[in-house]
Amino acid sequence: MTAITPEMVKDHGLSESEYQKILDLMGRTPTLVELGVFSVMWSEHCSYKSTRAHLKKLPTKAPWVLQGPGENAGVIDIGDGDAAIFKMESHNHPSFIEPYQGAATGVGGIMRDVFTMGARPIAMMNALRFGEPSHPKTRHLVSGVVSGIGGYGNCMGVPTVGGEVNFHKSYNGNILVNAMCVGLAKADNIFYSAAKGAGNPVVYIGSKTGRDGIHGATMASAEFDDASEEKRPTVQVGDPFTEKLLLEACLELMATDAIIAIQDMGAAGLTSSSAEMGDKGGSGIELDLDKVPQREANMTAYEMMLSESQERMLAVLKPGREAEAEAIFKKWELDFAVIGVTTDTRRLVVKHKAEVVADMPITALSDEAPVYERPYQPREPKGGDVSFDKSKSVLASLKAILAAPDMASRRWIWEQYDNSVMNDTVQHPGGDAAVVRVHGSSKALAITTDVTPRYAKADPYQGGAQAVAESYRNITAVGGTPLAVTDNLNYGNPQKPEIMWEIVAGIDGIGAACRALDYPVIGGNCSLYNETNGEGILPTPAIGGVGLLKDVTKMATVAFKRQGDVVIVIGETKGHLGQSIYLREIEGREDGPAPRVDPALEKKHGDFVRGLIEQSRVDTCHDVSDGGLLVAVAEMAIGGGIGASIGVAGLPEPIPFWFGEDQARYVIAAPFEEADRIIEEARAAYISVAALGKTGGDRLVLEDSNSVSIAALKAAHEGWFPNFMSGEEIPMTN
Amino acid sequence: MKARVFVTLKNGVLDPQGKAIGHALNGLGFGSVGEVRQGKVIDLELNETDAGKAKAELKAMCDKLLANTVIEKYEIELKG
Amino acid sequence: MKSAVIVFPAANCDRDAKVALEQMTGQAPAMVWHQDSELPDVDLVVLPGGFSYGDYLRCGAMASQSRVMQAVKAHADKGGMVLGICNGFQVLTESGLLPGALMRNAGLKFVCKPVTLSVEETQNAFARHYEKGQEITVPVAHGEGNYYADEETLNRLEGEGRVVFRYKGNPNGSARDIAGILNDKRNVLGMMPHPERVVDPVTGGTDGRALFHSLIETLS
Repeated sequence: MTAITPEMVKDHGLSESEYQKILDLMGRTPTLVELGVFSVMWSEHCSYKSTRAHLKKLPTKAPWVLQGPGENAGVIDIGDGDAAIFKMESHNHPSFIEPYQGAATGVGGIMRDVFTMGARPIAMMNALRFGEPSHPKTRHLVSGVVSGIGGYGNCMGVPTVGGEVNFHKSYNGNILVNAMCVGLAKADNIFYSAAKGAGNPVVYIGSKTGRDGIHGATMASAEFDDASEEKRPTVQVGDPFTEKLLLEACLELMATDAIIAIQDMGAAGLTSSSAEMGDKGGSGIELDLDKVPQREANMTAYEMMLSESQERMLAVLKPGREAEAEAIFKKWELDFAVIGVTTDTRRLVVKHKAEVVADMPITALSDEAPVYERPYQPREPKGGDVSFDKSKSVLASLKAILAAPDMASRRWIWEQYDNSVMNDTVQHPGGDAAVVRVHGSSKALAITTDVTPRYAKADPYQGGAQAVAESYRNITAVGGTPLAVTDNLNYGNPQKPEIMWEIVAGIDGIGAACRALDYPVIGGNCSLYNETNGEGILPTPAIGGVGLLKDVTKMATVAFKRQGDVVIVIGETKGHLGQSIYLREIEGREDGPAPRVDPALEKKHGDFVRGLIEQSRVDTCHDVSDGGLLVAVAEMAIGGGIGASIGVAGLPEPIPFWFGEDQARYVIAAPFEEADRIIEEARAAYISVAALGKTGGDRLVLEDSNSVSIAALKAAHEGWFPNFMSGEEIPMTN
Repeated sequence: MKARVFVTLKNGVLDPQGKAIGHALNGLGFGSVGEVRQGKVIDLELNETDAGKAKAELKAMCDKLLANTVIEKYEIELKG
Repeated sequence: MKSAVIVFPAANCDRDAKVALEQMTGQAPAMVWHQDSELPDVDLVVLPGGFSYGDYLRCGAMASQSRVMQAVKAHADKGGMVLGICNGFQVLTESGLLPGALMRNAGLKFVCKPVTLSVEETQNAFARHYEKGQEITVPVAHGEGNYYADEETLNRLEGEGRVVFRYKGNPNGSARDIAGILNDKRNVLGMMPHPERVVDPVTGGTDGRALFHSLIETLS
């Protein structure tokens, strides 16, 4: 047996005090396999040791929440016996190393999280953050990530319906790839991971196990010194074809009542799936690794337990149902093997070649995992200079902003994703939220991902709250009722007190907004230690939101639809230029305070706007966010190919008015008489409202004087991405 | 017996991928690069010791599945 | 009209084809597993879009060798109708039921967007409900839809009126903007765009309906 040295402990990412705790829990020196199991189960990724204490403060309950955080994905009730199941997860580091496979396996992993609960995935979203466009790696990473997401999602036949992309230098050495999957199931046929009961067969299904993804650092022990580089690939390769078969086979098995528990083998594969299933079921698990389907010869127990080979699941079946399950997996030409049994010992016992290589209490891997109350150092939210050159042309600035990297059309990306397969996509990418019909019904889900990292940097609390508020607005703007969110918290190194404060304040901001908006958090994922040259990324707490449209024919889209509609802004415009796109793109400064979020106002304005859409009185709506009011109007004009003439009499400062990023605002357009009634009703409800002008023509006319053609705005808006990407690029082979 | 099959596009069939690779190589400063054509390599292990039989079998495999002879040509290499 | 949809592993538009057929004909199609060696008694066989066998080796190559394709060929030989959509078109060229080949898109990227097609030929079972020269909007979603055939074959296809759909604004580099072609007996149609995705106004339009109406009228 390999002796455990301090170097090996360190290489496994365990601190001295953590190793001491392991010795205490085990009452002896762990074996190498046990050390490996501890190292992954106690990792930040699996244990949430830096954030667990704070995540507990998030609101997770509502009458429609069927399953909150703690399972593979969260579940909400959407009426008629239907449930929506969703989660968002990061695959940041692997995507930086190998963008195609990193992004592809991220997509595959999050889909498994959703279908392991009995849902058929119906929509994918992704929130992507890249370094500056001028950074030499950026184009290669964008190209690889986008083809990886498309390559996997398209092959699965699940539409990728939207997402968001930002560029910022803080991501130069650490891109973010957050993928979200939404699935549908029947509320009374949801599958969980609790391996209850003793004596039940533990079965392995899917692809064979290879040496994928076993991290180099954790391999640095005497036993592996002779291993060649080829023996330890750290990049997992995705196989969407196998995953599609796995999806169909799992759903077929789930139509029977043979399953007690099922869990995807994600990060830390066999280790985390078996430990978590045993933990949740209050049982023990005994595994015989000789029975594990293996892709490579002479794999060690350590390698098998830590392999991150993709497209695999672990399930516990009712005794006697193995043959029935095996027949389904054979039909789909997938591996199936009974590799263990549940016990009543509450221990994880692993055998290999007739030898016990690990025997450890399961609670040591879960309840006893370290939790840290890491120190944090608050800093004053950013204030400062929001001055600007008053002489600049509003329309010239508008055109420049529409063509800025963070604002330009993402068409180049979304046309590489099959966004209409499954034939239920009602709103394609490019709107405020994607809308996907619940198959065979007239209701639909609205889906969005949001966060404004520059706000979160200036003020982590407001940034967290704003991500939730924007998600709420985006769902409202299509006519949906926001129901629940999944969060993907991407931050820097939590051992730095100033970063830990960004995390704590961000979670507090998310919690406060979710509580006020009745928009609970039903799942999520943390990705910490994201840094470029020792500098943390912009705090990026991405929020994936899901809402419900009871009747998909009562829906709004961004595009102007008629000539002569009155353009109305709901919500007050004070002209907040701090941290605005205007200040950054036109004045070249990332300055000033983040806009403040008032959740009560968000709710009031949201309910008002949603009501108008639900009553079929408004079919044209856009939330006001990045870039401000004029950008919102311009996007509506570009979308519909219809111009508008807008202005406000006696405006003292046009620039903050048109480009300020005050929150809780929407632009709507409605025919004249309806618009009159809407304005009256808003005033009666003490909602700030103003008519900006009328749609019509093919130009955007400002204050009856200056104008720009919609065609020119569109060309600027659509041109940036393809121009940026048309630089030299060796094509992906996939 | 081991075999390696090379599948490439027939001459005259446009190869946009090869063209893009060539363009990229030129862009990287490899000015000597002219036309580039790309293809794929398939390694197979055969339970067959007779080289003639193996070759005939491989040819059948190529015609039936490994290559699309409307647009692709193939070469077979036997190793040991 | 009785129809069947072939279920190849990972040809993921099989459900979309089923739903569209059900909606248009009022009758659920038979779903036929790729390892079956026989087809039920049907008038129309649909090879759906998707990624059969993960598009590994070449799109449609492995599906074209599956057991059920012998039965599909026999059905076509007897004059039965076959419609191949997207990956189904690739399977048809790989299996020799249609001439030519579908190569990687000229832009080297997967492309999913609505495209405008012009209906070139209406004297066939698939397009008789369209007007000759009519422009319709149908989405494409493929990485390898770049139709290739030698000049002689292309000339023959044109001469015999077998080019049914042509792109207006070629999304993939197809020879002569070809989007859909017939076999010489005019009972097998392969097309890259997805008519089954445009039968419902809620999800993007109804320009695909006439194709199904044409088949229904021909076959009942």
